[in-house]
Amino acid sequence: MNPLHLLTRYFRASLSAQAQYPGTTVLMTVGAFAVNFIEIFGIAALFSRFGQVRGWSFGEVALFYGLVSISFGISDFLSRGFDVLGTEFIRTGNFDRVLLRPRSLALQLIGYDFRLRTMGRVLQGLLIVAIATQTLHFHWTLAAVGLAAWTVAGGVALFFGLLVLQGTLSFWTVEGLEVANVLTYGGVQAAQFPLSLYAPWFRGFLTFVVPLACVAYFPVVALLGRHDPLGAPDWFLPLSPIFGVIFLAVSFWAWGFGVRRYTSTGS
Amino acid sequence: MNALRPYLATFSARFQLMLQYRAAALAGFATQCWWGGIKVMIYAAFFGAAGAAAHAPISLSQTITYTWLAQGFLSLNPWTGDPDVAAKVRTGAVGYDRLRPVDAYGWWYVNAAAWMTARAAPRSAMMFALTGIIFPIVGLGAWAWAPPAGVAAALLFSLSMILVVLLSSAIVMLINICVAATLTDRGVNNLVAPVAILLTGNLIPLPLFPDWARTALFIQPFAGVVDIPFRIYFGQLTGTMALAGVGLQVFWILVLGGLGRLWLGRVMDRLQVQGG
Repeated sequence: MNPLHLLTRYFRASLSAQAQYPGTTVLMTVGAFAVNFIEIFGIAALFSRFGQVRGWSFGEVALFYGLVSISFGISDFLSRGFDVLGTEFIRTGNFDRVLLRPRSLALQLIGYDFRLRTMGRVLQGLLIVAIATQTLHFHWTLAAVGLAAWTVAGGVALFFGLLVLQGTLSFWTVEGLEVANVLTYGGVQAAQFPLSLYAPWFRGFLTFVVPLACVAYFPVVALLGRHDPLGAPDWFLPLSPIFGVIFLAVSFWAWGFGVRRYTSTGS
Repeated sequence: MNALRPYLATFSARFQLMLQYRAAALAGFATQCWWGGIKVMIYAAFFGAAGAAAHAPISLSQTITYTWLAQGFLSLNPWTGDPDVAAKVRTGAVGYDRLRPVDAYGWWYVNAAAWMTARAAPRSAMMFALTGIIFPIVGLGAWAWAPPAGVAAALLFSLSMILVVLLSSAIVMLINICVAATLTDRGVNNLVAPVAILLTGNLIPLPLFPDWARTALFIQPFAGVVDIPFRIYFGQLTGTMALAGVGLQVFWILVLGGLGRLWLGRVMDRLQVQGG
């Protein structure tokens, strides 16, 4: 059975499991949508009171927010196995069985659970992008769609990488690590506003340590056809999502190191 | 006094139990610092726009204090029902609670209050130590949790914070009852959380919403959980308005508490107990 076929199998199994509880699935999706969508009321209220923020308008900020939401939603859909690695696999000893199967670890963990409720966040992101398009009278050329897709791809890779790192840490901590939520959920929170609003040390962190700016701020500045007020060169802006992919590669390198160091809890 | 003893006992037992979760408290504190830090930088950017500050009913330093208070006391927010009640409903242990010779509403109510205060106590203390004491010392005074506006404000704030616990517990009780009636906590928790985040002032301070919404936002029950006490703290709500705010808290405690009692009675009369 080739990997793609296996993944479809996993996907169908997840889907039919969730179809057993249609009410719950729908409510969770609506909840995921609503709890993220209300953020836009806060952003809109701030803009209606203050007009603009350091030269950025409501529509532009909505575009930052919408795209990063879509990235995170898709990544959340794919990465559940890594998210619960500590509690569901390592602490219980189930990881031993995963290791014994003649298929790649990543494939099995991605296939562990595709949660439909994460689509609530993707839908919310799409709606915010629609609001941004409306407000900015943004014209989606083919190049713009391509750049947006590339931005989202980089974002998915980055958030996925963060979850892989969280999973890697649980080889040592055994339990899950809530603090990692700071970088995933908190990362979305940080990336929804333009980088230029933040203090220099925080910009540095978001660019060089966890390159969230490379999958949100820089490419969206290019998408908006602006020059970066912080002085990043124009040619760099559309290329920056590559750092999301590089981050994912580094995360998997760390992951490999963690797997080699893994000792079973023996239960 | 004897009649109150079981309630005080369960309060203190639950309080001490919740205090044991030190790792959770540290993780929560780290998350709240991150969130608060981002919010504070964003507000500074918005307020920084030339002349814009004149249009805002609260100043930047008040907004910053509001943000740290909101993050520190985040666990007092009625976002979800009490997870213990949800677990009891799921496993059928709710049956044991029915056998206790205590008032069903009062029993769950004090549990909800203990659950929230025990989580808020360490987090708010750490938040105050960092943003209220360390920030001014290391020269970040402009970003600090400022002291209260005066002695009167501090006293009224203390009273108002007690009312916060009572009001929030009353709202959590309504969620609990909904959980008991529907046998699951998933539905109601998902629907209440966004409403509570928006209307308490946790998303952005309520005074920063458009002026036409001001009265409506002031009189709705969620304002009494975050917005009213914090504005009393930094002296933006003074005199009659401050008393009106505290009065509204008391009003909503009585209304929502009374409503919860009536509703719980009806739900308990036809309660389904799961398990076997």
